[in-house]
Amino acid sequence: MKLTKTFDKALWVFHVNSGSCNGCDIEIVAALTPRYDVERFGIKLVGSPRHADVLLFTGPVTRKMKERVLRVIDQTPEPKVVMVVGNCGSTTGVFYDSYAIDGPIDTLLPPGTHIVYVTGCPVRPENLINGVKEAWLYLEKLRGDDK
Amino acid sequence: MSDKNTYQVPIGPIHPAFKEPFMVNFVLDGETIVDAEAHPGMNHRGVEFMGMHRNPLKVIPLAERICGICSIVHQHMFTTATEHAAGIEPTERARYIRTILAELERIHSHVLWAGVAAHEIGFDTHLHFTWKVRERVMDLLEYITGNRVNYAMWTIGGVNRDITKKMYPKIEDTLLYYESLYGKLEDIFLGDTSIRLRTRNVGILTEEDALRLCGVGPTVRASGVRKDVRIDQPYAAYGDLDLDYVIPSSFGYENTGDVFSKTLVRLKEIPQSIDLIRQCVDGMPDGDIDSEPRKAVLINKLKKADGEGIGRIEAPRGEAFHYVRLEGGMEEVANWKVRASTYNNLTTYRPMFMGEQIADIPIIAACIDPCIGCMDRAEVVDVRSGERKHFSHEELHRLSVEKTKMLLGGLP
Repeated sequence: MKLTKTFDKALWVFHVNSGSCNGCDIEIVAALTPRYDVERFGIKLVGSPRHADVLLFTGPVTRKMKERVLRVIDQTPEPKVVMVVGNCGSTTGVFYDSYAIDGPIDTLLPPGTHIVYVTGCPVRPENLINGVKEAWLYLEKLRGDDK
Repeated sequence: MSDKNTYQVPIGPIHPAFKEPFMVNFVLDGETIVDAEAHPGMNHRGVEFMGMHRNPLKVIPLAERICGICSIVHQHMFTTATEHAAGIEPTERARYIRTILAELERIHSHVLWAGVAAHEIGFDTHLHFTWKVRERVMDLLEYITGNRVNYAMWTIGGVNRDITKKMYPKIEDTLLYYESLYGKLEDIFLGDTSIRLRTRNVGILTEEDALRLCGVGPTVRASGVRKDVRIDQPYAAYGDLDLDYVIPSSFGYENTGDVFSKTLVRLKEIPQSIDLIRQCVDGMPDGDIDSEPRKAVLINKLKKADGEGIGRIEAPRGEAFHYVRLEGGMEEVANWKVRASTYNNLTTYRPMFMGEQIADIPIIAACIDPCIGCMDRAEVVDVRSGERKHFSHEELHRLSVEKTKMLLGGLP
């Protein structure tokens, strides 16, 4: 799929909490506010997955949230990048032996989905910005005219 | 519920901003809320179950991750309960260090809440302002503990890292910064006409309801209930410190229990925390930070311990509670029960939402400072025709912002 040049300079992000402890979620908001201010890079948090280019997932996916998580992935138009934020999102981390966890998220994603892992418990805002950079690089490649 | 003229509005569980998955079902008569019902459980991770398969020292990092905003609260309660069960006393110095950190967290949590509240009624400038000033206390917490969130400071019988004399100037700097800023925060949240219009007489919780529903923390102190574990049953170093209940009538306001009073109580707790930290720094006793630095010996001691203990502390959101039972010869925690403050405060939603408008949902939902809370997607079901209509978070937010504008336009 060919993308226009403006696309990768204005990534719209939708955030899904799939049972996280709120630590990463607060750090995501911290990244949006003046100290880190990712909006200066054109990154914007949006209110609907249908508007989003990047999905931010936090948390290890609880049993009750699994169905909702899959629905959100389905609702997001292609091309999309999934960013898995935090250790428990990537590997279920400290919650590894729970009966109520259906994750980690990457086991639920349809094959071929591009995933960017952002580690940390919780993630640092600097690391989040780095993760978005990774997503950019991928989307730029899709555009096909990168240097 | 089956009244012909009412609508049902389930809200949740996915939220585009940052709150945890949670769902509330509203019954509406036109614009007015006639009933509200909470459906928790989306965020159930089986934390207690996992805790009962690990030894107490391994449970501390897990307890921290129950909530990322109040991670100090849960590790504090779990260690207190385990110490109580095993008969281990934390050292005097550790008690003071714990108090300093708990109060620093209270400052960061209340400033964070003020930003969220401003966002919910449409003042994003204030959101960005409060979150900018919040970074200073995060810096200090990182300086002391090594991480912005999830500090790993607590251990059974003490703390893992010391607060040395070298750190005092930086602590004092941060406290001075918040003191100099406090007037501005008060101007914004207590003096601003539009904020007052949106918060005065909205989401009222009467003193009677507050007591009947066992609400905790700033939510009920705003209604004039004198309830604060730090004073009622002192833990850590609070027994040595000088503090009083923060209720609106102490500052010349009425104990109305509306959103304005809740804002007031939270803001007034910031200078109180600053004062408490100063008292702790001044009175910091010498000595060890940890009663048993050898972890293997500690684990062995906990394995032999037999008994049950409780940990009650005043979290930024109100009283929270942990129960721990240890059995002799068993390495794992035999039983662990967590009761966080939001459990109690959720029940206060019902009287607060009654009779309010849809546009007030975001600010009332935020006013108890829920650890779980969700406003992303509302669905209106017309009971008569079965017709469905979706409210997105943006629409709800827009309604809320419009109400602010309407109120301002109506001013003489």
